[in-house]
Amino acid sequence: MHPAPSLIAFTTLSGLGFGLIFWLGLGLPDATGWVALTFATIAMGLATAGLLSSLFHLGNPQRFMKALTQWRSSWLSREGVLAVVTLTMFALYTLLWVWFDMRFRPLGLVCGGLALATVYCTAMIYAQMKGVPRWHSAFVPLLFLGYALGGGALLAGQVRMAGPLLLLLTGLQILAWWRGDGAFARAGTSLGTATGLGDRGVVRPLEPPQTGTNYLLDEMAYRVARRRSRALRLIAILGIGLVPGLGMLVLPTGHALALLFVLAHLLGTMAARWLFYAEAEHVVGLYYGRR
Amino acid sequence: MTTLPDSTDRSLGLVIDLDTCVGCHACVVACKEWNTGAYGAPLSDQDAYGAAPSGTFLNRVHSYEVTPADAPAMVVHFPKSCLHCSDAPCVTVCPTGASYKRVEDGIVLVNESDCIGCGLCAWACPYGAREMDRAAGVMKKCTLCVDRIYNDTLPEEDRVPSCVRTCPAGARHFGDLSDPESSVFQLVEARGGMDLMPEQGTRPVNKYLPPRDRDALPEMDVLGPLLAPVEAQPGGFLGWLDRTLEKL
Repeated sequence: MHPAPSLIAFTTLSGLGFGLIFWLGLGLPDATGWVALTFATIAMGLATAGLLSSLFHLGNPQRFMKALTQWRSSWLSREGVLAVVTLTMFALYTLLWVWFDMRFRPLGLVCGGLALATVYCTAMIYAQMKGVPRWHSAFVPLLFLGYALGGGALLAGQVRMAGPLLLLLTGLQILAWWRGDGAFARAGTSLGTATGLGDRGVVRPLEPPQTGTNYLLDEMAYRVARRRSRALRLIAILGIGLVPGLGMLVLPTGHALALLFVLAHLLGTMAARWLFYAEAEHVVGLYYGRR
Repeated sequence: MTTLPDSTDRSLGLVIDLDTCVGCHACVVACKEWNTGAYGAPLSDQDAYGAAPSGTFLNRVHSYEVTPADAPAMVVHFPKSCLHCSDAPCVTVCPTGASYKRVEDGIVLVNESDCIGCGLCAWACPYGAREMDRAAGVMKKCTLCVDRIYNDTLPEEDRVPSCVRTCPAGARHFGDLSDPESSVFQLVEARGGMDLMPEQGTRPVNKYLPPRDRDALPEMDVLGPLLAPVEAQPGGFLGWLDRTLEKL
């Protein structure tokens, strides 16, 4: 699948933002006044920036409000609705927290739950895709929630939580890559089933429908980025978990070091998210003899 | 509403005969011609006369080579357009309600004024039946020529999808695949019509008729076995000539 920068930015930033909202809603860290406002602004800013960047992916972004209508059937619509509700509730929570110095716990817990539900919906947009076997897996929601919880804890300065969570996340990510590498073969879709001719013999593409490219190939049979897969996986492993996770368990904490860990985690997450798209193979590629 | 109907009154669709299709791409051209001027946004081309032309098509013809274990390879031309699936995954993912499957005839359509161009339905379709129009930013797909098949201003013989009307080989058939009395239903029964990617669980309405087995010719060479094989090493005059020429 084509790793669109707008989608990588969207899933990375909004995941971090909603993850931070979860921890803030839980009552962590214990802050007031300007510090509280800064935390809340970062959380809402990341979530909103992510959502705005997803609008750049649209062909007709001016109609985006219509996307809030189909929550009964569409995960994308559910995500949109939950994101708006979460941000509104969290804004209310922030108002009480910063200006009235009242950390209203029930509202915070609701915000935290809604934030995780939003991330879950984002993940299900991908996990529901049967035509993309690597995505059609329970690992996808687990990973997205793991990134939100781990990255959120890191941003919230919850050193004792973030360290183990990020190491756990790294393990989960490695497991997901390992299972994902065989997903296409396990799905059982081949050029034989795609054409219905597989029972007769070996099917081979002879001529594509057009001499040039098309939307389907650009969007769903994008192969350029996969060559650097091993290097990117290494960067991701170091960035998302090993550097910040181990660092926080071993090294003394400070703001400068924390910023370094956050940047490392962001870089690692972006590398992993790039691979999430670039390595996902859509079955439609079979018709064109490429995956 | 992007939930799928439990059932449809009719299941209009295409039956494509892979035995008959000659791969002329006339259906591709006819489809583009009709649909660029009919329902919804035109089917745009990008860089049409430049170095890297591309464009929106609702119907494309692939060509494959099938090599059986015990017979010579054969070429199969393979037209592909929307299969108007009963369990269309493209419909339920739509966040705006722009994609829908009609209860009255089962046609899967896009209401372009509601489409935000997110492209999720194209991801959800395992067949590559949906293409985003890069000029209009909305999703395009086969409408089964909904603006022809019910069009009273057209002569009756033209009230079929453009691709069916134009096919010079008669490889494309249109009708109600839920009606056991219909010619398309009977054609599918008689010829063993098949679904594409049945493991994807989409239950396509369109069916493909497999190519018939090619005739296997019996051994016709009656004299061959009686003839002596040509000698590998020529003798006599030819042998002398051969050896002499080699020395030169």
